[in-house]
Amino acid sequence: MIRFLIKGLVRDPSRSLFPFLIVTLGVMLTVFLHGWLGGVMHDFLDTSARFSTGHVRVVTRAYAEREDQFPNDLALVDVGELLRELRQAEPELEWVARIRFATLVDVPDEEGETRAQGPAVGLAADLLSSSNELRTLNVPKALVRGEVPRSGGYVLLSEDLAQRLGLAPGDRFTLISSTMYGGMAIGNFVLAGTVRFGVGPVDRGALLMDLADARQLLDMEDAASEIFGLFRNRVYRDAQAVAVAERFNRSRQSDNDDFAPVMLTLGQQQGLGEYLDYVETFSGIMVFVFVMAMSLVLWNAGLLGGLRRHGEVGVRLAIGEDKGHVYRSMLAESVCIGIAGSVTGTLLGLAIVYVLQVKGIDMGRFFKGSSLMIPGIVRARITPATCYLGFIPGLFSTLLGTALSGIRIYKRNTAQLFKEFEG
Amino acid sequence: MHKAAPCAGIAFVVFSLWSAWGSAQIPSGDWILEKVDENLSSTNQVIVSKMVIHGRRETRTVEAKSWIQGTERSFTEYLAPAREKGTKMLKLGDKLWMYSPATDRTIQIAGHMLRQSVMGSDLSYEDMLEDPKLSKLYRAEVIGNEKVDDRDCWVVALTATSETVAYYSRKLWVDKERFVPLREELFARSGKLLKRVELKEVRRIQGRWYPMRIWFKDMLKTGEGTEFVVESVEFDQPIPEHLFSKASLRR
Repeated sequence: MIRFLIKGLVRDPSRSLFPFLIVTLGVMLTVFLHGWLGGVMHDFLDTSARFSTGHVRVVTRAYAEREDQFPNDLALVDVGELLRELRQAEPELEWVARIRFATLVDVPDEEGETRAQGPAVGLAADLLSSSNELRTLNVPKALVRGEVPRSGGYVLLSEDLAQRLGLAPGDRFTLISSTMYGGMAIGNFVLAGTVRFGVGPVDRGALLMDLADARQLLDMEDAASEIFGLFRNRVYRDAQAVAVAERFNRSRQSDNDDFAPVMLTLGQQQGLGEYLDYVETFSGIMVFVFVMAMSLVLWNAGLLGGLRRHGEVGVRLAIGEDKGHVYRSMLAESVCIGIAGSVTGTLLGLAIVYVLQVKGIDMGRFFKGSSLMIPGIVRARITPATCYLGFIPGLFSTLLGTALSGIRIYKRNTAQLFKEFEG
Repeated sequence: MHKAAPCAGIAFVVFSLWSAWGSAQIPSGDWILEKVDENLSSTNQVIVSKMVIHGRRETRTVEAKSWIQGTERSFTEYLAPAREKGTKMLKLGDKLWMYSPATDRTIQIAGHMLRQSVMGSDLSYEDMLEDPKLSKLYRAEVIGNEKVDDRDCWVVALTATSETVAYYSRKLWVDKERFVPLREELFARSGKLLKRVELKEVRRIQGRWYPMRIWFKDMLKTGEGTEFVVESVEFDQPIPEHLFSKASLRR
């Protein structure tokens, strides 16, 4: 029966081509939009997680309240012990200590006096004793000039800042900041290289240094601004992150000290939770609107097809074919068209998404002044859902359109058929 | 109506006399500021001081010796703690340099850094740069009188006459007898209170009244504030000229 229907559809493209094209187009658009939105969201969350929020992050309660001011006087202490505890309790996450600080880069002239000066945001991570942080921060790929620091005393600067200050790899400069206890922090460093991560807020004025150097500069022995927890596969899972944070915070419920550590999930930071909800809702609405719009189009197409096949259905009914049989065969036909259109549309959509995943689109100028951790080159992303999501509108709406237009079959009065033909 | 007229006339005369007497007793704001400057400014002074910085986590003490000439030139050497020992600062007019022995660098403090805190205290570099003669920078108006620490004070409102000052307006509580401010509030142009200052232990030194302990509180900063304690102060001392040069920073 199915083979018979398929042969009919292939040999008589006038009744299948238009619905097939509509389904293909609709599915392709759905796949493309899902892949694009998913890619943008993934890049945003991934960049935020790697640079500023972690998948979960431990800070002191007081630090969490004013973290935009980099208040290292409120930083975590006894970090070694805390890290050991976290690594033991939650081994599915990778735990690292980081220090963030505001600093002033002062470049000397030949006589050691100020030639150029500019503010920078310092990020200190374990760059020397572990390669994980270099990978997490994507440092080797981001390198523009010079090399990754190989020993203490060497730092990386964002390419933009280095150019503004007229610095080249190998140049010496001074960093001025505040120690954890409010004292003056001042030290000489050498520029190992320059980086461009393609993330506006980081590229505007970031300075990357080894954790041990930062601890010495800022008088933060066994202290850190924050501890990052990242899922080992680098994919954020909100429910799991919430469970980890709840376990940690419950174990410290009795500690009312302002300096007590508190764990925040990515969703609880910088309004990212609202952003996640917004994007998920928006994606849902988008798919729903597509299904409905395509259903209307295919209903209309079904009606037109029904009109065009008015005679054929009439003859089939006149020669004694059961109304239900005709209706079911039309539904089966639409399933065949839906599957064919969905497969083709998904393949075309995936091809577009793949190209955008590899090449991306440079949208840096739109995010130039933005403080959001959105990469300048926005990429689409293929996920398992991208491969099957198009089948929902592709199959469902085709079937719905045919089911709605096919109702007319039941309304036809068999006794009137010959009258209709005469007309 | 007829009975009320003489009473109203008497009241008017009494009120006029009282007002005339009262206004004769209230000095002008600018005159008060000049008296304040006479106490706090000098041709030159040498101060050994201690800054006790009360942070949220711990209290640190920074000791320094400063040589100040007029309102334009000053040289400060930090004596303790070990991390800051040997750090020097030089102010020449509206320019400020800092020398750090750890880096052997002379750094000009400008732009972004001027509003930063000095050694983690509640004082900014901008505070250090400002001309201490208030009468040169502000227009003053007496707006009342209140008691501070049981001392009668004039409450004086100051409004900046120049765009370059760190604080657009100030409110001073000036001791009526000794002409030393006992309390001060510093405001931004928006009217936001930025700092609160309390001046205590006013002593008579070389013929002028001088506060030996000043408590600064940066209202935008955490912590309990900074106490500036004057260990010793000498006025009109000879200060070698070479001290006020960039070369002296590296010595």
